[in-house]
Amino acid sequence: MTTNKSFGFMDEYAKKEIRRSSLKAVAIPGYQVPYSSREMPMGRGFGTGGLQLTLSLIGEGETLKVIDQGADDSVNAVNLRSFIEMTCPGIHTTTSTTEAGVIQSRHRIPERPLREDQLIVLQVPYPDALVVVEASEDKRKILHGEADYSRLLVKLYEDIVKFDEITISHRYPTRIHGHYVIDPSPIPRWDVPKMHQSAALILLGAGREKKIYAVPPYTDAEPLAFEDVPFRVEDFTDENGQRRPCARCGCTTSFLDEYIDSSTGDYVYRCSDADWCNEQLMDESLLEVSNG
Amino acid sequence: MAYVAIKGGGQAIDGSKTVFDYLRAKQSAESSPLDLDTIQNQLRLLHGRVISEGGVYHPRLAALAVKQAHGDTLEAAFALRAYRSTMPRLAETEALDTSRMRITRRISSAFKDIPGGQMLGATTDYHLRLMRMELLNESPEQFRTIASEWFDGLNIDDIPDTFPKVLEGLRKEGLIPPLSSQVRDNAPFDITREPLVFPVPRSAALSTMARGEQGSLLAIAYSNMRGYGDVHPTVAELRVGYVPVMLPHPITGKPMEIGEVEMTECEIVAMYEDQEDGSKPVFSLGYGACFGHNEVKAISMAILDRSLQIGMTKGPSNPSEDPEFVLLHVDGIDSMGFCTHYKMPHYVTFQSDMDRLRTTRKKQDDGVQS
Repeated sequence: MTTNKSFGFMDEYAKKEIRRSSLKAVAIPGYQVPYSSREMPMGRGFGTGGLQLTLSLIGEGETLKVIDQGADDSVNAVNLRSFIEMTCPGIHTTTSTTEAGVIQSRHRIPERPLREDQLIVLQVPYPDALVVVEASEDKRKILHGEADYSRLLVKLYEDIVKFDEITISHRYPTRIHGHYVIDPSPIPRWDVPKMHQSAALILLGAGREKKIYAVPPYTDAEPLAFEDVPFRVEDFTDENGQRRPCARCGCTTSFLDEYIDSSTGDYVYRCSDADWCNEQLMDESLLEVSNG
Repeated sequence: MAYVAIKGGGQAIDGSKTVFDYLRAKQSAESSPLDLDTIQNQLRLLHGRVISEGGVYHPRLAALAVKQAHGDTLEAAFALRAYRSTMPRLAETEALDTSRMRITRRISSAFKDIPGGQMLGATTDYHLRLMRMELLNESPEQFRTIASEWFDGLNIDDIPDTFPKVLEGLRKEGLIPPLSSQVRDNAPFDITREPLVFPVPRSAALSTMARGEQGSLLAIAYSNMRGYGDVHPTVAELRVGYVPVMLPHPITGKPMEIGEVEMTECEIVAMYEDQEDGSKPVFSLGYGACFGHNEVKAISMAILDRSLQIGMTKGPSNPSEDPEFVLLHVDGIDSMGFCTHYKMPHYVTFQSDMDRLRTTRKKQDDGVQS
């Protein structure tokens, strides 16, 4: 029985198509480039779009980091990383954001600002920000072409009328380079400003919906908002107006995961970005060493 | 701290693989694994469904897929489809000629008798769905006798190699459109190499449905049958059998038979419509075909082909006539994958959801107080 031997699982034609689609995506910032999207041996919705990008773009000797919800060791990240290691012999993997050349991520952009020599691949379930106001893809294409985002703005306005607050929590519609509005993938609002003028190339891949799009380096990425109702990220202040720190490293500037301590029943907050949290701890211990 | 348990997942995944495999093997100390030939023969309809939805005709790997998926059609078709991604496309076959099908079953509901005759073949259509208690303890001897006795008294020489197509008669009479105007629109759309960007040609719709999930196709076709649409089909011909596959000879270039694939094909006739060019009205047609023996799928597909053609020309007036609605929702690999993905951790987005809800609630509280 034949077993697959080709680097990166897919056949060469498939990888070539994805590279060409990526180039087009970079050339037209925010435009969703349709591509044929092969079936991967993991579920549609588990990051097959991001995976196809990573497999097509990574090469021997390069270093990969895979995260899910900010963590390197969550089940899906482990699964993707071991599959990429298995099908791309000669690559290195790391949990360090600094060391990584290619970062594949679901739902987060690392806290540490990325560099020009880095590339981040985001996994995308819904590539089109307009899907909340228009179900037909055919009609959405026209709206995008005409940069007609009035219905999205009306939705934001209706939110304010009903709730005195924009209720979009994640997947916040973001205008790229003054034209196309993208779905930035289900990253929290916290991560949206990281896309603006990012030094690193941001590629977004939707496998099931068969689209690739990009936020090229040093490109404007502006979340939709109103002059008098600005865009706001998640709020981590407590009842007393104090910014909650991470219970593990003490950081007060990172996105926090919230959970309930099973013994005390209290809420506990910790950094969502596992590598960032470890780095903060490391810095503290170094500080102690140098002070001591 | 349930969320934290999700982390450190490497070991958990390995454990999950082991226990999944254990469930396959736990039957008893003397049990033996399912062999692939058994799956291919005794579970032939399940096997055919997996080949069809997997979209690659590889009977042995399809049987393996059924085995490793513990009989889940979606999972099995998925494994087959992923295997396909590793294979380059080496050549294109010529259009298969289904009139050359080696028939195992062939019926028409449009005519009492048809040229070549109605051949009921293997079908459960007229079975009484009573539990066959005698199979509860079927012995190997009884089982083998079924096959050995079946050929007794059967005159194989009486069976013709091929049967004419029922539609040919109608076409000769001019009651259905001539062949040239509806097929052979040169290069068919290859859904494995090009994404569906709407509007799509009919060939893209047909190939998407040919590997679509049976239940999804049936559900949307059924909506049309019940009243969300009005195709009202008559099955001109439903045939099941083996179609020869032709490829050009690598040296001479002449088409030669490289093997055959089991297929189900359904052609439906629907009522006529007014002709825009003022010519005489003709019946309209719908076409369905898929790998394996799967009549529900072929009929559903034929109905949807008809309803989609209506939608493509006149604009959709119900879901089954909307190409986007039908074609983007019938793929089992896509839909099951996305359904399954909701089981993955979503705590970052949920954190973000809670932030919005808490802020909104707080604002309402503040509003009440002020």
